[in-house]
Amino acid sequence: MMATPGGLLRALFVAVAIVGVAVFVALSTGYQPIDWAALQTDETARTIFFRLRVPRVALGLLVGGSLAGVGAALQALFRNPLAEPFTLGVSGGGALGASIAIALGFGASIGGIPLVFVFAFGGALCFVAIVYRLASSGTVVMPGALLLAGVVLNLIAGAGVLMIQFVTDYTRALQILRWMVGSLDVIGMDLVWRMLLFLVPGLLLLLGATRDLNLIAMDEEAASALGVNVRGVERMIYGASSLIVGVSVAVAGPIGFVGLIVPHAVRLLFGEDLRIVIPCSILLGAAFLVLADALARSLLGASELPVGAITALVGGPLFLILLSRRKRYAAI
Amino acid sequence: MLAADGLRFSYDTTPVIRDVSLDVKRGHFCGLIGPNGCGKSTLLRLLSGVLKPSAGTVRLEGRELESIEPRERAKQVGYVPQQQARVFPFTALEVVLTGRSPYTSRFRFENEKDREIAMGALESVGAAHLAARAITALSGGEQQMVAVARALAQDASLLLLDEPGASLDLKHRAQMLGSLQRLRKERELTAVVVTHDLQMLDANFDFLFAMKDGRLVAEGATSEVMVESTLAEVFDDPNVRSRHLEGRTFVWSEG
Repeated sequence: MMATPGGLLRALFVAVAIVGVAVFVALSTGYQPIDWAALQTDETARTIFFRLRVPRVALGLLVGGSLAGVGAALQALFRNPLAEPFTLGVSGGGALGASIAIALGFGASIGGIPLVFVFAFGGALCFVAIVYRLASSGTVVMPGALLLAGVVLNLIAGAGVLMIQFVTDYTRALQILRWMVGSLDVIGMDLVWRMLLFLVPGLLLLLGATRDLNLIAMDEEAASALGVNVRGVERMIYGASSLIVGVSVAVAGPIGFVGLIVPHAVRLLFGEDLRIVIPCSILLGAAFLVLADALARSLLGASELPVGAITALVGGPLFLILLSRRKRYAAI
Repeated sequence: MLAADGLRFSYDTTPVIRDVSLDVKRGHFCGLIGPNGCGKSTLLRLLSGVLKPSAGTVRLEGRELESIEPRERAKQVGYVPQQQARVFPFTALEVVLTGRSPYTSRFRFENEKDREIAMGALESVGAAHLAARAITALSGGEQQMVAVARALAQDASLLLLDEPGASLDLKHRAQMLGSLQRLRKERELTAVVVTHDLQMLDANFDFLFAMKDGRLVAEGATSEVMVESTLAEVFDDPNVRSRHLEGRTFVWSEG
């Protein structure tokens, strides 16, 4: 697809249509099938729909769009098609920060901002800084080292979370355990509104950087010669990604591979231009996670599967397939 | 047009560029030669503004390079690195089109005119047939053609090229140099070109800078620098020989 205003509009139209279908499917699926007519009259059906199902789908849209958008941006920034919040350890950093906050008392907040958001953001920011420092020598980022550093940071974060679970009291340890699995369980729209406060500016920053990211994805030095402030864009993307991933992880737990699968599919569908890939990744990431969650809620009937397990079961093998096709991506 | 004064630079602690000053006149084609690792590529990066010198200044038409807004600078100076990353399968045309990005505002796409300019740039280096190909599938030489086409699409008045012809075959190397010479006639294009290809220097360049250990050791009209004694000193090789044949200088080493 050519990178023209028309091309972007066509791609956005397709993506929005897919989101629409996904939302409809997700709102209809569940233990209790929705009878659309009964919503007008039945108070119980209304409560289930508006207090449970709508917020859950909204949360899925936010988290899925966030992870996929950040994945597409990080892949361009690091010139590595296997980069995403999970494989780079950014989610791990967020998880470690969030666990510390949960151990200290989940409900605490400073000026209306949940403490867990702040800690997850801090953890994600630390880890993205470390992973970049480890993987870069001079101006060159070594792609293999990047992923290795990400894996090791995830292990360290995992050990940290375990340690916190071990020393904290029983109920909080259980809280951390349930949250670590990754779930979109939410009651009411409160949390969703509060997340939007952070996600909207973060995602706008990503969207504002798409032209520069497009040049950086081709070559860092050439981008710099074309007038892109590469260091500035880098810092901005680190900040925005950490904010977005931190908040998503704080609420939904570390959900992996959404940021890998979705941008990859988007590039196959719409081409490589980041000015199209990033907005479409945000939309299709939202659709993908909402559908994965619908699957998680309906596969086992009454009980539900963790959505993080579903995305990992789809995304893990895809990661391996991409890794084995390294010829297409010469730099891995 | 381009003047450097007292440039110094080091990547870590070892100095790579030690006190280089040079002056490039408008419309001149300058070759930059010297042994491997002598700092040619680093000097080119400093001249392009991609790297900032630790001491000294670069001036473009009298204005300090660092004081020029980067996108404004990109309209005047084109820089082609020796190698570029190729991770994602962008098409060659997409890559060349980014040469128009200094002229395109943040939230717009390149327009029809930009596309024409990009296709024209690809044609002039003999790479129009590559337009729709993925850069990840191109050979080293084809990638160089695309990289130079991008710099041409940038429409800069000064081009800094780091071994642009190193992997090109005979015909395409001549075609690339030919299109640069044409631009020089048409609109006084100025160029500084790093090269290891010592043949034909006098046919393509007016002026030579020779580097060794981070310093300029010789500079002058091509015929003045291309003498055995100077080359022997620059390349630290007493076996360098040069001969004139049909008005061209040929250089080789007896080893």
